[in-house]
Amino acid sequence: MATIKINSQYLKEIKEVCASFNYEKGQLINVLKKTQEKIGYLPAEVQMVIAEELKVPVAKVYGVVSFYSFFTMVPKGKHPISICLGTACYVRGAEGILHEVERILGIKPGEVTPDGLFSLDCLRCVGACGLAPVILIGEKVYPRVTPNQVKAILDEYRK
Amino acid sequence: MTHYRFHILCCGGTGCKASNSAGIVRKFEAVLKEKNINDVQVITTGCFGFCEKGPIVKILPDNTFYVQVKEEDVENIINEHIIKGRKVERLLYTDPKANAHISDSKHMGFYKKQMRVALRNCGFINPEDIREYIARDGYAALGKVLSEMTPEQAIEEMKKSGLRGRGGAGFPTGKKWELARTLVPNAEQKYVICNADEGDPGAFMDRSILEGDPHSIIEAMAICGYCIGATKGLVYIRAEYPLAIRRLQIAIDQAREYGLLGKDIMGTGFEFDIELRYGAGAFVCGEETALIHSMEGQRGEPTIKPPFPAVKGYNGMPSNVNNVETFANVPVIYLKGADWFSKIGTEKSKGTKVFALAGKINNVGLIEVPMGTTLREIIYEIGGGIKGGKKFKAVQTGGPSGGCLTEKHLDTPVDYESLAAAKSIMGSGGMIVMDEDNCMVSIAKFYLDFTVDESCGKCTPCRVGNKRMNEILDKIIKGNGTMEDLDTLKNLANVIKDTALCGLGQTAPNPVISTLDNFYDEYLAHVKDKKCPAGQCKDLLSYVINPEKCIGCTACARKCPVNAITGVVKQPQTIDQEKCIKCGTCIDTCKFGAISKQ
Repeated sequence: MATIKINSQYLKEIKEVCASFNYEKGQLINVLKKTQEKIGYLPAEVQMVIAEELKVPVAKVYGVVSFYSFFTMVPKGKHPISICLGTACYVRGAEGILHEVERILGIKPGEVTPDGLFSLDCLRCVGACGLAPVILIGEKVYPRVTPNQVKAILDEYRK
Repeated sequence: MTHYRFHILCCGGTGCKASNSAGIVRKFEAVLKEKNINDVQVITTGCFGFCEKGPIVKILPDNTFYVQVKEEDVENIINEHIIKGRKVERLLYTDPKANAHISDSKHMGFYKKQMRVALRNCGFINPEDIREYIARDGYAALGKVLSEMTPEQAIEEMKKSGLRGRGGAGFPTGKKWELARTLVPNAEQKYVICNADEGDPGAFMDRSILEGDPHSIIEAMAICGYCIGATKGLVYIRAEYPLAIRRLQIAIDQAREYGLLGKDIMGTGFEFDIELRYGAGAFVCGEETALIHSMEGQRGEPTIKPPFPAVKGYNGMPSNVNNVETFANVPVIYLKGADWFSKIGTEKSKGTKVFALAGKINNVGLIEVPMGTTLREIIYEIGGGIKGGKKFKAVQTGGPSGGCLTEKHLDTPVDYESLAAAKSIMGSGGMIVMDEDNCMVSIAKFYLDFTVDESCGKCTPCRVGNKRMNEILDKIIKGNGTMEDLDTLKNLANVIKDTALCGLGQTAPNPVISTLDNFYDEYLAHVKDKKCPAGQCKDLLSYVINPEKCIGCTACARKCPVNAITGVVKQPQTIDQEKCIKCGTCIDTCKFGAISKQ
């Protein structure tokens, strides 16, 4: 196995998470979810540690991480932006908002701005269809967004 | 609850929470405390359904329904309504037809045609307090089943009710339970699984039930466990639903504390407990075999049935999978009886159905109607018609697996068979209304984008075929489509339908097939005339300024995000087509109607 470059605090935390699920192979998704909550993302090194602890092949861990949209292998920005592309938001113009955010920040979904301030993702329905179209920045929901509001919304986080 | 003079119910559903309902609750509590009023209780409830007008505050006992309440309104409500007994007129719902205020929600067009069975407690109780659920006959059905019925009798009652699975396919629930009980009689362990992996974009009914009435799911799962002979229940819930997860966990803990989960429930010797498993965002996991693989910690890929989960499910043991809404119906059926339930609805589709009504409609929200209600009643009476007085174009039911229905289908009664006959499906209950500004080719592509994204990649028709269809649609939208492409699209759709492995793949072409059937003209316009009639496909339109109407106020030029509009002040402006990103800001800005899409 490759040498694992990972700081000892994280290493300890990952091992604790695995122990808390009794090293059960069937709990892999829960282990990954907990780990991502603690570290923020699941890079290759982290997956290797989990594979070793649960005694499953790294390939299987990677297979699971890459299968589910909830898991990410790149760190998120300081302010993660999620554009709802559920059908309700889509028919009320969510695509235009996405394009505007892409244009202003110069990044595509799944990417992070070079200064690490914003990351951009799309998600499917946050359940606030009455407020469509919505975007989320962190936990904050912005309702009934129009493309020309996007710049002002983003500027709030640049101060 | 009798010693309170008023109950102030504040919606704590996802939509209203996003509009600061938590702040409103805090403010109510603070003002009541400040004024030393002790006989009024403030309760955070689940979703009222009328999300369009949120945040919603309802006051009992007089059933006054305040809409779009803000923190600043709280003091006013307390001073007027609570202290002086006068309704705050300006916060009441205004009926658009009569142009009059309506205070009692029962008389609002949105609620009049509804019948709340699965949503019976949403918006009435505090979902974080088991005592409120019990006060509304909660756990009485479990008590009745455990003490008065054998599992066989209970299954018989369920069969008699005619309840069918609310997740999409509509399999009879009683029959499913019977199979799970009888196919493998001596299994060492059986599982009751609740599918709370609501993946249909634009559907939020399961989430609202879990957030508004979590105990009804726990009670139903325990009843199902008794019927099929299982002692363990698992809820497979989306990790993206933090509020639903939290409320469900609180409910499970409270039920354990009250002896309604665990060993020897209600002193009957019956044992049952529930654990949560998290879904991590994969639409295909709504398919039951994929869901089970995901719960085992694997990639959520489906497998061929048989073996059905009733024979070989979670960890190889017999399992019964039902979705949230199906379970939410269960306790009422035992309380009021199968006969009561089977009187609601149509001949083959019994009971009610919850829909997440959204899109270009005046009253977006969560609704529940008896099966057999027509699309017209839902869209025009409950939904209040199309937003902004625009023209109705289509209604999409069943999400990515469903179809788009048109004007001529508006009198279709909503039930499993009628929707299938109109080439759509019931699905889990997403209902998206579209108006004349929505391009149907783009809608088909939107759904296909989703399916391509969510395809697990196991079988070729879905993995490759949907991608090819998506590429053709992309070509058409960009104005490069040919007549041959339309034929290829049709053929591919039919091949995928016939050959894909699971429900996701087999139904993925449905949005394409139904739009080709119902909106062929729109496809032709894209392919032959290189025009998008709805004005949505950016590559097929340009924004132009009419020099006769433009007065040169330059408002649009100042708002244009890419500085594509130039010209002299007080002279007609022009748009540089090279620079224009077609965002539409100029049209929204212009007060003189001088800008149009061509």
